[in-house]
Amino acid sequence: MAHAEGQQHPIKIYLWIWLLLFVLSAFSYMVDYLHIQGYLRWTLILIFMFLKAGLIVSVFMHMAWERLALVYAILVPPLCLFVLVGLMATEADYTFLTRLAFFAK
Amino acid sequence: MAQEVLTNTGESIAVPDGLAGVASDWSADKEAFGVPWGKAMMWIFLVSDTFIFASFLTGYMTVRMSTTVPWPNTSEVFALTIAGQHIPLVLIAIMTFVLITSSGTMAMAVNFGYRGDRKKTAMLMMATAVLGAMFVSMQAFEWTKLILEGVRPWGNPFGAAQFGSTFFMITGFHGLHVSVGVIYLSIVAFKVWRGDYARKGNYQIVEITGLYWHFVDLVWIFIFALFYLW
Repeated sequence: MAHAEGQQHPIKIYLWIWLLLFVLSAFSYMVDYLHIQGYLRWTLILIFMFLKAGLIVSVFMHMAWERLALVYAILVPPLCLFVLVGLMATEADYTFLTRLAFFAK
Repeated sequence: MAQEVLTNTGESIAVPDGLAGVASDWSADKEAFGVPWGKAMMWIFLVSDTFIFASFLTGYMTVRMSTTVPWPNTSEVFALTIAGQHIPLVLIAIMTFVLITSSGTMAMAVNFGYRGDRKKTAMLMMATAVLGAMFVSMQAFEWTKLILEGVRPWGNPFGAAQFGSTFFMITGFHGLHVSVGVIYLSIVAFKVWRGDYARKGNYQIVEITGLYWHFVDLVWIFIFALFYLW
């Protein structure tokens, strides 16, 4: 079955995802509200962030039902951003140490 | 499950799925993506926008990691006192829920569009636009509050000076996207209402508009997590 007429799916799926997004957002907010700190805070924030992003892209933006060629063309290029983040984190770390050595009193 | 596609000469051929499908979709004499061109173009635009926002967020990470001055406590900076209750980060939480609600109404609009329900599609799109406008208004309120408290792109009373520059840059650019989205949604909703797409029997444009709107919500999820909660 090809979706020549576009993406058509039962409304129930959207309502479920909608509810899930609300629950996950509430969880993210609770992380702050309950003053969870340190690595547990960062891990929870990232988990909830990626879960929400995944749900939106796969269901609301219909990526789960697209051809693999389109999925790869869209989702693979942004992966190189992780390289940028890695490089900049190293750079920032170096700047921080330099500032400590020369400016911090 | 193999799909059938039409070639340029009008024959129907079966195309494989999985990795073999990737190869055949890119190499065969047909459209690479089995979607209308408008949708492929919107996706490619969104990829480029992903890079812009990722660059902003990476820049924010870089200045935040490298400053020797403590970063302002966002939980307190964005706290509000409502009815005598001091609630941390409450405005941002409300904005998040408004935007997620708008994503839900948008998803429903796309669904009703493909069912050919002209009125419900237009109504849901307008609801999405109204929620978007609410979001921008709350952001305007937040900006006003921070500016009155002395937050500037070059400094603020709460801590590291870089807080102001990254805040205005990132939320400003996102707010611009929401504002453009509200205009875009209103135009398409009006055309849906007038029956332009019913006449053509093609509601593809609603899905394309939806892609843009969901992307705006997606970016907010990253900003919410990395800027406000971190």
